[in-house]
Amino acid sequence: MLNLKLPDIRKTVVTLIMLGCGILFLLPFFWMISASLKFENDVFTYPIRWIPDEWNAVNNYRKVWFGDHPFWLYYLNTIKVAVLTTLLSVTVSALAAYGFSKVNFPAGRWLFLIVLATFMVPQQAVLVPQFILYRSLGLFDTHAGLILLNSFSVLGTFMLRQFFLGVSNDYIESAKIDGAGHFRIFTRIALPLVRPAIATYAILRFIWTWNDYQNPLIFLRTDHRFTLQLAMQKFTTINGEYYSLIMAAAVSAILPLLIVFVIGQKHVIEGISFGGVKG
Amino acid sequence: MEAAPMLRKTSPRKARTGRLQRRESLAGWLFVAPMLLGISIFTLFPILIMLILNFADWDFVLGLEKFAWAGLDNFGQLLDDSRFHKTWMNNMIFMFTVPVCMAISLLLAIIINKHVFLKDFFKVAYFMPYISSVVAVAVVWQVLFHPSKGPVNQFLRMIGISDPPRWIADPDWALLSVMMISIWISIGFNMIVYMAGLQAIPKDLYESAEIDGAGGWTKFRKITLPLISPTTFFLLITGIIYTFKSFDLIAVLTKGGPAGSTSLMVWYMYETAFLNLKIGYASAIGTVLFISVLIITLVQWAGQKKWVNY
Repeated sequence: MLNLKLPDIRKTVVTLIMLGCGILFLLPFFWMISASLKFENDVFTYPIRWIPDEWNAVNNYRKVWFGDHPFWLYYLNTIKVAVLTTLLSVTVSALAAYGFSKVNFPAGRWLFLIVLATFMVPQQAVLVPQFILYRSLGLFDTHAGLILLNSFSVLGTFMLRQFFLGVSNDYIESAKIDGAGHFRIFTRIALPLVRPAIATYAILRFIWTWNDYQNPLIFLRTDHRFTLQLAMQKFTTINGEYYSLIMAAAVSAILPLLIVFVIGQKHVIEGISFGGVKG
Repeated sequence: MEAAPMLRKTSPRKARTGRLQRRESLAGWLFVAPMLLGISIFTLFPILIMLILNFADWDFVLGLEKFAWAGLDNFGQLLDDSRFHKTWMNNMIFMFTVPVCMAISLLLAIIINKHVFLKDFFKVAYFMPYISSVVAVAVVWQVLFHPSKGPVNQFLRMIGISDPPRWIADPDWALLSVMMISIWISIGFNMIVYMAGLQAIPKDLYESAEIDGAGGWTKFRKITLPLISPTTFFLLITGIIYTFKSFDLIAVLTKGGPAGSTSLMVWYMYETAFLNLKIGYASAIGTVLFISVLIITLVQWAGQKKWVNY
């Protein structure tokens, strides 16, 4: 590696060009962060001062987090909804995925087709009936209702099924010969083998639930039950012209997810890759 | 699930195949039961209600007494509704985000896959918009696209464009602006999936092509493109269905405006149901949405045999 070879030079040049593209691509994020640190009057100064001359970060973020619409409360709501949805959804999907891939029962094929068919029904198409159903079941304007809504995921079932199909039947047959039932095979053998897939789906479900705007918008009414995305929108409407505050709110809405993503990055990317290729 | 431990006690050797099969069936049903129950309550049953509402004229605020049958009026009205026509057209135009996004993503995937250092960094960077909340992202773009003060137009004025477009405030530009943002959001996802597809292509194919004297473009056309077609197919299907489901971006960014120029189907349905409280009519829109997605999926499944090489 002492003397640089020609391909390395080419690779370096391409890397630098791509780095430029990448920065351009992420510019909206840099602008958002920068604006959230500034005084309102400096937000639109042009040419853009990426690093503010005068900082107002503490004030901006304090107003967002502990002001009239306290983000700490919306955070708690969102964490609650996202965590519980993820747990329930992963459990239900993993069970169903195992049933559809490793249990050999005649009805299974047909049931799986029915489940897959519902994947073609966009949730939005049944929003109105769901809304009416929720009003009559008392699930409207509750966190429980919101959690249940996203917990029966065909996508999750489909994705995990693909991974279960990859588990060799030999393991399962030999466990059966040793006298193990399906539930035991599921928890002891199959589940550990697809752990990366479970992690991937869990992280994705968490991200999707965290970012969900449409369902909270329709199924929640009371301000103190709002999730972050709903609060974010309301905050924007109320603070109309205070762009520094709005950007501080946007940073607050995005940052925790970025952290989850960076921690679970390998799982997310590998999982999406695998699911996509197998898809 | 409770019955599962019982299965353990059976010795497979002694049990008759019939009984074994019954137990296997029971286990199967128990495993899939929660999922089936959930789907029945939250998807299948609502579809039934939707079928009924399709033929109803109802404002649900007024309660069940005001429920009236409307026959096929809702669908007849859809045919005459110019706002719905506009919405439908917008959806068709919006679909073009999918191939554009896929092309950019494939290009990026090829470059990042083989020709750069810091591969993981690039993956994360391009993936960021996809995992960021649509609400926050939409709000940021709203400000960036601000007609007078926004950085985008300030920049355009600086490089000499004295009369830059008003982006999301201009009926002629709004849909395009939303489409650009939508592509920006989806590139990361498409790119990651493509990269995985690229890595699954056997290296020796390229090597033997090189021995035969194939150039980069030939290799791309004869090896990469055909072998990556399952991935392309997957992205196309999920992408197009995704455009039909788009709501968050529209709801936060434009609310279907200005002048209905960015109204997509889900937004129009939302507006009809929850702002104008016309439940039957909204239900009919939902049905059209459902059928559209169904048809597109079926057409694509049928078409894939012709151009997808597994």
